[in-house]
Parts: sequence; structure tokens; C-alpha cells
Amino acid sequence: MSRKMYINGMASIAAQTEEDLFTENLQSFSENIFPATSVNYKEYIKPMMLRRMSKAIKMGLVTAKRALNEAGVDVPDSIIVGTGEGCKQDTEKFLENILDENESFLTPTAFIQSTHNTVGGQIALDLKCTGYNMTYTQNSASFESALIDAKLQFTEEMGTRCVLVGGVDEIARISTPFYNLDGQLKAGEINTAKILQSSSEGTITSEGAAFFLLSEIRTQDSFAEISDCMIYRNISEEKLQEEISWFLKKNDLKIDELDVVILGNNGDTRYDHYYQQLQEDLFKNTLQLGYKNWVGDYNTVTAYACWLGAEILKRKEIPQQLKLNNLPLKQPTSILVYNQYLGKNHSLTLLRSL
Amino acid sequence: MSRSVAVTGMGIFSAIGKNLEENHRSLIHGKHGLSHPEILETVHQNLPIGEIKSTNSDLADALNLDKNHAFTRAALLGTIALKEALQNAKIEDFTNIGFVNGNSVGGMDMTERFYREYESNPANRRFIQAQHPGFTTEQIAGYFGIDNYVTTISTACSSAANAVMLGARLIQSGRLDQVIVGGTDCLSRFTLNGFNSLMIYSEDFPKPFDSERKGLNLGEAAAYLVLESADFAKNKEVLGYVSGYGNANDAFHQTASSENGEGAYLAMQKALETANLNPHHIDYINAHGTATQNNDLSESRALIRIFKEMPAFSSTKSFTGHTLAAAGAIEAVFSLLAIKHQQIYPNLNFNSAISDTRLRPVTELQSTKIQHVLSNSFGFGGNCTSLIFSKDE
Repeated sequence: MSRKMYINGMASIAAQTEEDLFTENLQSFSENIFPATSVNYKEYIKPMMLRRMSKAIKMGLVTAKRALNEAGVDVPDSIIVGTGEGCKQDTEKFLENILDENESFLTPTAFIQSTHNTVGGQIALDLKCTGYNMTYTQNSASFESALIDAKLQFTEEMGTRCVLVGGVDEIARISTPFYNLDGQLKAGEINTAKILQSSSEGTITSEGAAFFLLSEIRTQDSFAEISDCMIYRNISEEKLQEEISWFLKKNDLKIDELDVVILGNNGDTRYDHYYQQLQEDLFKNTLQLGYKNWVGDYNTVTAYACWLGAEILKRKEIPQQLKLNNLPLKQPTSILVYNQYLGKNHSLTLLRSL
Repeated sequence: MSRSVAVTGMGIFSAIGKNLEENHRSLIHGKHGLSHPEILETVHQNLPIGEIKSTNSDLADALNLDKNHAFTRAALLGTIALKEALQNAKIEDFTNIGFVNGNSVGGMDMTERFYREYESNPANRRFIQAQHPGFTTEQIAGYFGIDNYVTTISTACSSAANAVMLGARLIQSGRLDQVIVGGTDCLSRFTLNGFNSLMIYSEDFPKPFDSERKGLNLGEAAAYLVLESADFAKNKEVLGYVSGYGNANDAFHQTASSENGEGAYLAMQKALETANLNPHHIDYINAHGTATQNNDLSESRALIRIFKEMPAFSSTKSFTGHTLAAAGAIEAVFSLLAIKHQQIYPNLNFNSAISDTRLRPVTELQSTKIQHVLSNSFGFGGNCTSLIFSKDE
């Protein structure tokens, strides 16, 4: 019997601040690659350690610690991380050394921090957490893969009571701009705020981290639960509609009971039809939100979307700048996050208020 | 354990053979697969590697791929190994099958080749996305039309072992009835230079658990198991069961193992617990045994802490080299072969025991009764995983 996964703490770093999100002050960018907002990392990480850490490690560690703080948990039973592209900055650094020095005179620091599970390992090291530690890297379904693992832990009798789960991805100096070359990013002049109306191919990208402390124990700080999650490597539009209906039904929810759907529209005319079809059909009477025009699209941006959904359930308030349609607002109690990238790695995640 | 997890098929491609039969033959004849680089383009011609002597175009031809394919070497090896596993399990309908792939290098072999050329050469840009492990997994899944639950675990050298564990959990929870698990990794200059810069790369053949061991040698490989629930496995030959698993973190250092092997100890303990077995039930241990100073000592100490009487053990990395994310999968296959043929494969190149721990691995092929096998895989980031495979009774 599956136990519930309550969100008892969470934190996020992205290109927009939490304050700007709920005060209608979201920023627009004119570049197709833009960084996450800066955070006072020193508050959480010793300066000596900080110097060696890439952005992914810093963002991951800080959001993980903030989520734990909020939940009042020192050490979780498990740490599960999703990252599509891992520690790209250190990978790039070591690779350039190899190429520049023709495979000689190399120092290992960047190499040892280049593995995709560096963030998960560093969190364990920092917390001295010897529990279960896992890292998923399935492009845009990386965070969801981590969530599904968390959900499995709550069906098992392995003594797991709380799981730290999150998603993190960083921008790298050379490798991220490669996405200008293979059509992943939009060309020409850009006003990121307006990309969802664009008629061009490609999207915009950024970086971020969001971590959640999920617990089977409901506390006075619990404000939402993550009910369920599914991933599909490849799915047709027709099948997608069926799957969404089945997914909601499986969670005892009728389509007209769903309050909000958070969609992953990213302005790429080649693939946004997956969302548009749902907007016009299945979700035509559901409040629709879009967010990638504000925080960019990256493999684990759905961790941000889940943070956003949980924040909406907590505040019972909708960030106005994210609305894709104009429907009278009900008190939000259930939110579905649907996402895909380049038509692959689709995911459905259901959040509910308590 | 709620639902039993049967292994109904397996496939493997490594430096000691392109299929199960060839790998088994090499294991029983003590024939290792280490050699100097011929396909990997590197200045380190002196470093022995477990290289598969087929070029990418040979492999692509064997799979009838289109000329403009974007298969990484890991995807090529993986697809071939997976084909064997699926044939072996007699699975032709992929509608509801899941796929959990372990991978760490991804398409780094292509990235390091084209990194400085992407700007000038549009033809290679199809490999830009290939750098990350998820892409390799998607290529393999796409080849067979596996569409639903597909994911990649990347926990360095324990990736495939973790994939096996996740597959077992997915079946036990009832989320899936059929799932392919395993891993693939190819050789790359990136990893070769990485381990070499850590000064743990051996210029000789690897000597796991030997007092004179000089470090690890990398290899490349892919291997997969088909796991099925009892209902689905009913009328099939069962090669063994995944009966136990455990993952723990050493929480000691990003790359080095703790002195007393805490993570390894916890992982083995959890595996025994989930399998509901005592240490004396284990007949053979396929050790992680990378042949680095640090790992083998730390693992030995953890083994001694768990086992009052040490069962027969060996590190088959002396045959294949350390195949990183694939290691847990090829060693799962070797563990299941050990169960099937009731034999223990030797630890090559062993002469004298580590003075502290005095553990002596099996050095000759041994025929013996094997009911339960423990397989260890440990990785960077303190990631430690132990699996237990058991014979069909």
C-alpha cells in the first residue's frame, strides 16, 4: 500500500526570484541563454569548498539544504537527484585540458567533479548521509525519474520515511551555446517574455535547481503532496490524451476537477503542438499556466514547475504573468504538470493540496 | 520480498566476447581481453585497455543503421547486447516493457572528437545532444521501439548495478511486469585521462586484491538482463532471481573509499536483508575489485566485517577491465553464468594477498555448488551497491 508523499520543505533557484513571481515583476531577457539569479551561497557552504564547486553543485547543495531546513530534517533517509546534463562545467574544463594539452599534464579535480552524480554525492558528503543515493539522467524526464523512485520508496517496507529529491542543471560556457548550432535554441533577436507567441523554431535555455523534502509524515508544515508521476519516452498526441485521462482517473480525479495545468510550452513551433492540442481540447476548461518563457527550458526545469505548483497550492494564489488562458480562478487544490522536450521524454506529475 | 523477480534473458558484449557464449568461453579458459589501444585514438599507447576490437562502422553495419545515424559507441554496443538479451528472453512485444539503462560516459567519445569542429562542420552537429547519457539510452530504446518507461541511471561505476536494483523494485511494486536493466559504456580519452590523472591507472594488467596491485585498467562493454514478474516468467527458462539489493553512500570522499568501507558494508548488509539471507548463505562473491590500492583494501575490510567466514570470491575485472557504468551489468551476467554452470571464474594475475586483510580470491576455475551470488559495484560520489542473485529452486 502506497503511503502519501507530503512536501514538508522545498527550495528553488532559477532565473527569476520567488518574490518577482508573485509580485508580477518577472524579468524578460534578450539572450537565448540566461543564468539563474545569484544567491548568497556563503550562507550555506564554506568558502574553501565553494571555490571548487561548479554552479550545479552550488545550486543543488543550497536548495537541498534549504528544503531540509524548511522541513526541520537534518539528514534524510534517501537522496535522489535528477540532472539531464550533470556537471557540464567541470566536464568542459577537463575536456578542454585534454584537447589543449594533448592528454598530458592533467590535474584530476575537474574530472572527479564531472560525473553526473556529483551533486548527489556532494549532498551526501555534506550531510554525512550514508543512505540510499541515486542519480537519474534521462534528458527532460530526469527529475521525474527521481520522483518515481521516491514514490517507489514510499510503497516499499524499507524503513524510508523521508526522501530528499531534486532536479538540477547548469549552463556551461561552450557546451550550452552548441545548442545554437543544432537548432535547439532560437536565432536572432529575442524578447524571452514573448517567445510563447513566436513563430520560429527552437527555444531559450537557462539553469536552476529545485529540491523537495518528501515525507510520509504529515506535519503542520506540510502544504501539498506529490500524488503520482509517469514518464513516456515517446507518445503520440492521441495516446497522450488517453494517458492523461487514465492518469487522472487512476488518481480519482475527473478532468473538470483539475484546477490548474502547468504546461511546458517553450515557443518551439516544431513541438508546441503537443501542448496546444491539449489546451484546445482536454484542458479547455482548465486554468493553464506556462513558465518557460520566464525561466527558460532545461532538462530539469520541471523541478521548478513542481516547486511552482506546490507554491501555488501553499499560497492559494496564481502568478498572473503565467496565465495562458483566462478562466475564473477557483481555489487551487489539484495541479497537473505536463512536459516534453523535442517531442520526447514526456512526463505527467500530479500535485494536490492537503 | 513481495513479488519475485526472475531473470529470463541476458546479453553481453565485452572485450572477452561479443555474446554470452564467447564471454563464457573466455571466462572458463582464463582468457582476458586487455590489450593496447587500437581503436581508441589516444597518446597513451602504453596503457592496457579492455577494448572491443570492432570499429563503430563495423558495429553500425551489423545493426543495419542508416549512414547518418547518431549512435554513440555506447549505443552501438548497447543495442547489440540488448538484442541478444531480448532474443534470449524470447520477447518480441515491447508495448509494456520498461528500460533502465546505466551509463556514465554517454557520447563523450563523440564530444571529444567533434568539440572543436561543431562550429565549422554542420554534419557532426547531430552528435551535440549525444554527449549526455539519456541520449544513448533513447537511441537504444528507439531501435527496438521501447516507448514507455525509459530512464537512465548515472552513478558512475555503480550505474548498471543500480539499474538492476531499480528494475527489481519496479517489478516488486507492481509498476511493471517486464523491464530491461543493465548498462553500457565505451572507452574514451576523457575517462582514460581522468583515471590516469588520478594516478590510479595501471600500466600492467590489473591485479585485483594483490598486494602488488598498481591500479585499474578501463574497459568497454554493454550487458542487459530481462527481468520479469513471476506471472510473466511462468513458462520460461529462469536463469536466476534478483533476490537482494542494497545501495548506500560512503559519505567519505568524492572519489576515494573510506578506510573501513562503510558504504560497501552497508550496501552488502542491506542486500542480505532484502534477500532474507545470512552471510553464510552466499556461495560466491563477484567483487568490485578494481585493483586500485584504495578500493581493494576498503572492499576487503568491508567483506571481512560482513563475512565471518569468507566465501569464494573473485574480481572478473581482471578479464574485462573496469567497464565503468556497465560493470554492474556484465558482472551480473557473470554471476548468473556462475549460477547456471555452477562454477566460479578466476581472479587473474593474483600472486600475494594484501598483508592487512589476507584475503585470497579464487585463482583457478572452480566447479562448486552455487545457490546465491553477491555482486558488488562501487562508484564515485561514494555510491555503493550490492546485488544478490539466486538460483531457481
